[in-house]
Order: sequence, then structure tokens, then C-alpha cells
Amino acid sequence: MGEWWTAVPTETSMGSYEISSISHVTMSPSRQNNLMSMYSSAGLSKSSYSVISAFCTEDNIPQCISYISQELASLGLSSTCIKASSPGGAGLDTVPALNAMYELLQIHRRNMCTLEELEKEQLKKSNTLEQMQMSNSRLKDQLELSIREKSGLHETERQLHLKIKTLQSCLKTEKDEVQKLQSIIASRASQYSHDAKRKEREAAKLKERLSQLLVERRDKKLAIDVLNSLGRSDGKRSHWKTTKVTASHEDEMYKSLLSDYEERQRALMLENTELKKVLQQMKKEMIHILSPCQPSTRGATAEDSQADSDGEEKAGDSSREMLDQSCEHAREQLTNSIRQQWRKLRSHVEKLDNQASQVQNEMESNNEVIPKEIHEDEMEKMRCEVQQCKEFIHTQQLLLQQQLNTSFDDETAALLNDCYTLEEKERLKEEWKLFEEQKRNFERERKNFTEAAIRLGREKKAFEEDCASWLKNQFLNMTPFTDRRSCSSSDGQSALSIRSEPEMRMSSTKAQLAKSLTYATVSTPKPTQSASVPSTAELYRTLRLMPDSRYYLVT
Amino acid sequence: MNFSELFKQSNQLCKVSPDGKYLATCVQYRLVIRDVSTLQILQLYTCLDQITHMEWASDSLFILCAMYKRGLVQVWSLEQPDWHCKIDEGSIGLVSSRWSPDGRHILNTTEFHLRITVWSLCTKAVSYIKYPKACQKGTDFSRDGCYMALAERRDCKDYVSVFVCDDWHLLRHFETETQDLAGLEWSPNGCVLAVWDSCLEYKVLLYSLDGRLLSTYSAYEWSLGVKSVTWSPSSQFLAIGSYDEKVRILNHITWKKIAQFDHPATINNAKAVVYKEVERRTAVGSDDLSLHNITIGTTLFNTQSKYEICPLPVQIPVVKPDPDRANPKIGVSTLAFSSDSRYLATKNDNMASVVWIWDMQKMNLEAVLEQTSAVRCFQWDPRRPRLALCTANTKLYLWSPAGCVSVQVPTEGGFQVQSLSWHGSGDSLILLGKEQLCLCFMDTDQEDK
Repeated sequence: MGEWWTAVPTETSMGSYEISSISHVTMSPSRQNNLMSMYSSAGLSKSSYSVISAFCTEDNIPQCISYISQELASLGLSSTCIKASSPGGAGLDTVPALNAMYELLQIHRRNMCTLEELEKEQLKKSNTLEQMQMSNSRLKDQLELSIREKSGLHETERQLHLKIKTLQSCLKTEKDEVQKLQSIIASRASQYSHDAKRKEREAAKLKERLSQLLVERRDKKLAIDVLNSLGRSDGKRSHWKTTKVTASHEDEMYKSLLSDYEERQRALMLENTELKKVLQQMKKEMIHILSPCQPSTRGATAEDSQADSDGEEKAGDSSREMLDQSCEHAREQLTNSIRQQWRKLRSHVEKLDNQASQVQNEMESNNEVIPKEIHEDEMEKMRCEVQQCKEFIHTQQLLLQQQLNTSFDDETAALLNDCYTLEEKERLKEEWKLFEEQKRNFERERKNFTEAAIRLGREKKAFEEDCASWLKNQFLNMTPFTDRRSCSSSDGQSALSIRSEPEMRMSSTKAQLAKSLTYATVSTPKPTQSASVPSTAELYRTLRLMPDSRYYLVT
Repeated sequence: MNFSELFKQSNQLCKVSPDGKYLATCVQYRLVIRDVSTLQILQLYTCLDQITHMEWASDSLFILCAMYKRGLVQVWSLEQPDWHCKIDEGSIGLVSSRWSPDGRHILNTTEFHLRITVWSLCTKAVSYIKYPKACQKGTDFSRDGCYMALAERRDCKDYVSVFVCDDWHLLRHFETETQDLAGLEWSPNGCVLAVWDSCLEYKVLLYSLDGRLLSTYSAYEWSLGVKSVTWSPSSQFLAIGSYDEKVRILNHITWKKIAQFDHPATINNAKAVVYKEVERRTAVGSDDLSLHNITIGTTLFNTQSKYEICPLPVQIPVVKPDPDRANPKIGVSTLAFSSDSRYLATKNDNMASVVWIWDMQKMNLEAVLEQTSAVRCFQWDPRRPRLALCTANTKLYLWSPAGCVSVQVPTEGGFQVQSLSWHGSGDSLILLGKEQLCLCFMDTDQEDK
């Protein structure tokens, strides 16, 4: 019973946790107890009493009352509110309370009834559900079974159909055969009837003839009327029929038969030998074809050679046997060896075919391989080139030969040689001349240069001397009021003195240079030898100036 | 090609002598002997009644003329026209008469095939052979003329008797394993006798000269069987034509089938050449239809024809025979080997206007000749592989491996070639019409080519 407990919703609006908890906690046992009280109209048990006492105590009676009245109002009961007998009192109006209680009881009873009914119904429903499920599963099984059965039946039906078809075709063939047999029977019957009729007609004619003969008196005898007997066609006389004659006839017959057989046998022998020869030849040729083409298969060639040796043996044998013509063994050997060779040849040809097809496939699939035409074109070109080269080489060779094999005399050869060397000599001489000339020119120039250099040296010396003298004169000519100038100049002088040397040198060189310039005939300006000499550009400048300034100085 | 003028003949009796010098023709009751090359009449004999059968003796000196209705046989001599011989069979009647190979005996078959009477012209003696069988081919002489094979039937069983033609001594007599023996034939070398059953059972038996059974051949059961049998001139092959429109070739060593030739309605064989005769009617304007032109120009009715080579596949016209009638017109009825055994010509009865030529070396179809009407007769040239055939019209057709030609027979009066036969030398052909005959001389220059 406890299982089917469906929780009655406790709509406790009271937020008091204790009360709800208490009510929640206490529901279950009170529930059972309530049920028990339904069946036994016993009052509340002590436990419930203790529960109720837990809800309402003597302190909170009015609250409880108000709460209960609220609850009752919320439940929709008649609003004979439970009120206190006296406000704020601990008493209770008994009548409404009892009414309320009664109503509650009623409600409770009704609820229990409905609950029971529901439970019953639920049970029923669950039962039916169970039943349905069971039946469902059972039906499913049945369905599966029936489906399987159906497929099985389909299968059998199909097989039966097939069987029917085959039987029908058999029937058809049988019918055809029956028809054919019937037609045969019909034709035979017609033939029989025709023959029978013919025989009957003949019998009738015979009977008629017989009766005619019996009636006829005159019997025409058969006779021969010959003018004169003829001689035998072969001119001989006829013989008496004796046993010797009959024996001779038999002999004749057997002779003719035997001669015919011998003739036939001869022909067959000839044919046989011919065929054997052909087979031998074929075998030899096959061996020949197979042996050089199969260097890898050593075993095969060994076999071949063995077979060949066998064949040769057998050839010798068979030639003997041809005479005997009785040995089947030799014949079998020959045919077996031929078959063997033929098989080998066939396998070889098949291999070649496969190889050829493989190569073909490779060629088709391989893109790098150039197609045949281009290949051929190139081959042609190469051939042409080769031809040309050959021709070229040939002509070269010819010429060389011609050259080498010149049929000149020794004299003319020597002369020719001399001519060539003479030419060379003359050329050499000319070159020497040129060389000598140039050498001379160079010498001359060198002389000039040295002369010029010597002159330049002398002039340089002279110029230095001049400079020194001039400077001396100047120094000596200088006045004291030209101190400033002299200071500067003294500085200059001192400097000059200090610098005099270089100045002097400078000036001397300038002079020299000027001189050299005046005297210089050499066009090429030569750089001065001393290191401390200023650059040529300055020199030129000064030199240009110098002659002017020198003139000034001089004047 | 030269054609002679027309001569009269009756009963299609016109034969060249075995030595090839004379031509004998029968006109009603007269026997006319002509020279073959000049066609001049050399001799003329008169018989007692209309001649129904005429045959040269093997030495070309005598001719027998049989008159079956009267039961008489008259023999004439070429050398001595005065000589005469008359054989009267009496009341017993006469059904067939023939020479023996030596030319001195005459074999007469009585009515109802009661017996064969052997008359000797040398001794005037008579011998009888009892119980001869009445069948398609009951007697056959070997080619060398030594032996005669005779089919007999006694107590519902078939027997074969082998006689020595010299003195008619019975050499062998044996029973054959046939239901109803239809025919027998010696091989050209004279050592093997082929015996075949009636069409109700396909069975071909091969007996050696001394009577031993060499082999039996049966292609199938129950359906109608053998229709025709022929040996190749070299004795190598035996060709059997049957009602199932096939020819089966047996070889002489194993007596087993080595080839089978079918005659299908659609020819697809790429190696075969199909010649089709195509007729061209000469166009005649309406103003030409004067009486003068009609009487003189019988070429109005003569249609030119030539052969055209048809591209494959070719459909052959087939005539379905009446299934209820006996001996239906279906199956290979005529077989002929060329003289060198190289070619075999066949005719299938339900394709009556077509002649099939098979190459025996390659064992396949060589040529097919489709004519405009049913082929009546064909025969190979005795010397070379050349086939002559006729279809009961005014033309003569010749086939050789080189080609095919259609020749108009330049005669008046609507001469229709019903049958033909070659002269032994292969130089000329005898064309037989209904009442007339014509000789055709082949051009020897062409033959050399």
C-alpha cells in the first residue's frame, strides 16, 4: 500500500518551516493511520493526537484558530468560521468546529473513495497495459513468424514456377518429338500401305494370269530361234562344269580379292611412309626452331637434344620398322615426340605473343618514347648526315691521297720546296729591315734625349749660379727703410734665408726651367728630377710669369 | 559447239555403241544404226513389234531389242545383217531383258519376277535363276564383267547370290541383314558389294566379294532412309543420299562416315559459287508480230538465258511434298561422281531446280546451279570434270570448274531436252527430246583450253 502512495500536495501556505516540516514528516505515518481509521471508525490514535498536540499548544490557540479558519476558507468550506468562543480565549465554538470537522471528514472520505477508485482504475489500466504489451510482443513474434513463412512460401513458389517452366519446356520438346514420331509413323504407314497395295495389285495380276493360263489350252512354249550359234566372245571353247572348274572359280575370286587388298595395302603403306617422313621433318624443324630461341631454358634444350637424339635413334629404328611395319611402339614414340615438340613450340609462340603484346602496351603507355614516325625521320636524317660525313671524309681522303701520292719528280719537288722557303726568307728579310730601322730610330732618339739631358743639366747649373749672384746683389742692394719690406723681406729674408735655399733652389730651378724652356727643343715635357720641385703646372705658371717678372727684375 | 539436225526416236531409246563408233536409235519398230561422226544411216533393222528396250552387246557387234508386251527379244548383228535371233518367252511374259557382260548371253526377267532365264547364244542352252527379287536394282554386273550379284527373296528373307558370269556358276549365296533389300551395287574395283535396304529402314551393308559382311552403316532410325547410293569411280567413296536431304560419304578403308553434305534452303557457305539462271526475254515490238515472223522466228518463244553469280546468302526455292503420299518428293535422289572422283553432283527432290556440286578433295560445297525449272537429267563427261544438265527446255547447260554456260539448242519446232547422255570419248552429247534426238559435238579446241 505504501508503494501506491501518491503524495497529496501539501499546500501549506504557512511559511513556517517547522510546521511544514512537521506536517511533511508527519504526513506519511498519519496517512496510514488515516486509512486505518477509514476502515475502523476508531478515533485518532495516540500518535496523531501527539501530532495534533504538536500543532496547537495552549499558547497559540487563537493563531491556530485563525489559521484553521483561513485554511477552511481556502478549502472552500462553509464559512462557519471557527472562531473562538471568546475573543482571545482559549475556547472554541463547538458547533462550527464540529461541522467543520464533519465536513472535513466527509471530504476526507470522499477523497479516500476517489483515491481508491483511482487506484483500482490504475491497477486495471496497468493490468491492461501489461496485457497489451504481452499481446503486442506475442503479435510481433507472430508477425515475424508469418513474414518468415511468407518469404519461405515465396521461395517455394518461385521454385515451383521454375519447375513449371522447365516442365513446360520438357513438355514442349516431348510434344515436338511426339509430333515428329507421328509424322514418321504417318509416312511409314503411307509407305506400307503403298507397298501393300502394289503387292496386292501384283497378286491380283498373278491370279488373273494363273486363271488365264489354266483356261488357255495352247501353251506357248518358250523357244529360241537362232540362225546359227555364235562363237564365244573370247574365242575359246566352253568347258564342262567340273569341281576343278568350280575350284578354279574360287581361286579366281580369292585372287582378285587378294590383289585388291594388296593394292590397297601398298597404297596405304606409301601414304604411311610419306606421312611419317613429313612428321619427322616437322619434328626436326620444330626442334631447330625451338633450340636457338631458348638459351635460358637449359633444361628444355637438354630435353630437345635428348629428344633429338631419341629422334635420330628412332629415325634409324623407324626406317627399319618401316620394313617390319609391325612395331606400334616406334609409331607411338614418333607421335609422342611430335606432340611434345608441338606443345613446346606452341608455348614458345604464346610467350612471344605475350611479350609482343606487353611491349606494345609499354610502348603505348610510355610517353617518353618517341613515336615511330619521328624516330624514323630522325633515323633518316642521321643516315643522311652519316652519308654526308662519309662523303666528306672520302673526298678528304682522296685529296690527301692526291697530295701524298703526287707523281712529281724530286727536282720539281725540291724546287717547289725551295720556292716556299724563298718566299719565307724574303719575308723574313723585310721584317728584319724594318726592325733595324726602328732600332736606329730609337737609338737616335735616345741620343737626343741624353744630349738634351746633359744640356739641361749644364743650363741648370748656370741658372743656379745666376740666381745665386742675383740674390747676392739684391741683398747687398737692399736699404734700411725698406725694413718693413725688409722685415718681411727679412722675415722673408730670414725666411728667405731659411727659405732661400729652397727659394733659391726654386728660383734657380725656375731659371733653369725658363732657360730650359727657352732652350728646350724637346716637345715632350719632362718631369723634373728633384722631389722637392713643385708640380709642373706651378712651374709653367711661374715660368710664364717668370720671364715677365724676370724681365722686370732684370730691368 | 555444233549441233546436228534432229532425228526421230521413240521411247528415249538411243544408245552409243561401247566402242563409240555407232549410234543406235529406235523408231517405233525399227532399229536405226548410224555412224556417230557422220550420222549416216549404216543399218536398218525391223522388229516384230514396238521396241521397248534396246541394248548394245559389250563387243559392239550385236544389239538386242526387247518387246515386253509380246515377250519377244530379237538380236541383230552388225557385221552380218542377215543373221537373226529371236527369243520368245512364251506365256510367261517378259519384264526386263539385258545382255550379260560377255555379250553372248541374254538374261530375261519374266513377269512377276518369277525367274530369270539365261539364254546362251553360243549353245542355245537355257538356265533359270529362281526367286529374283523385284526391287529398285536387283541385279548388278561387276565392272570387269566377271561376276553378277543378284538379289533374291525366299521365305520373307533377303539373299544375295554371286554368279561367275563365265559359266553362270553360283559362287556365293548368303543372307543379308536387310528387312527389305532395295538394291545392290558392285564397287568399281569389283571387290565390295554395297547392299541397301528399302526406305523404311536406313541400312547400308557392305559385303566383300567372298560374301563376308565387312560393315554396316545406319545413320538414323525410323525416318525414311536411303534414297540413292553410288560409288565413286576410284572405289574410295560410297555416297548415300537419303530422305533427310543429306548425303553421307563413307570411306573404303574404315567404312565410316567421313563427310556429310547438307542441302539447306539458305546457302551461306562463302566458298561456294551460286549460279542462277536468269532468263532474258527478247523484246519484240508489236509490229513484228506478223505471221511470217512468228513461223520463222520461233526464237520469239525462245528466251535467252545466262548465268549470274548470286551474292550470298542465297535462298533456294523449296517445294514441300505431300506428307500423305508414299515415296515423297524429298531427299537426295540423284548422285553422280565425276570420272576423276573429284566432284559429286547431287539433286535434292524438294529443291528440284537446283544442282549441287561438291568438291571431294576439300569435302565442301563447290557450286550451286539454280535453274529456272526442274532439272531433268545431269551427267558427267566421261573424260573430264564437266557436267551437262537439262531442264526440259530448249537449252543445254554445262558446268565446269572454270565456269558455267547455258547453250541454246538451235533447233526448230520446240525441241525440248528431256535427257542427255555423253559419248564415251566426251566429245559429244546426245540430247533426247520427247520424240526426237539431237547430237551436240563439243568443240575440241575449247577442251584443250
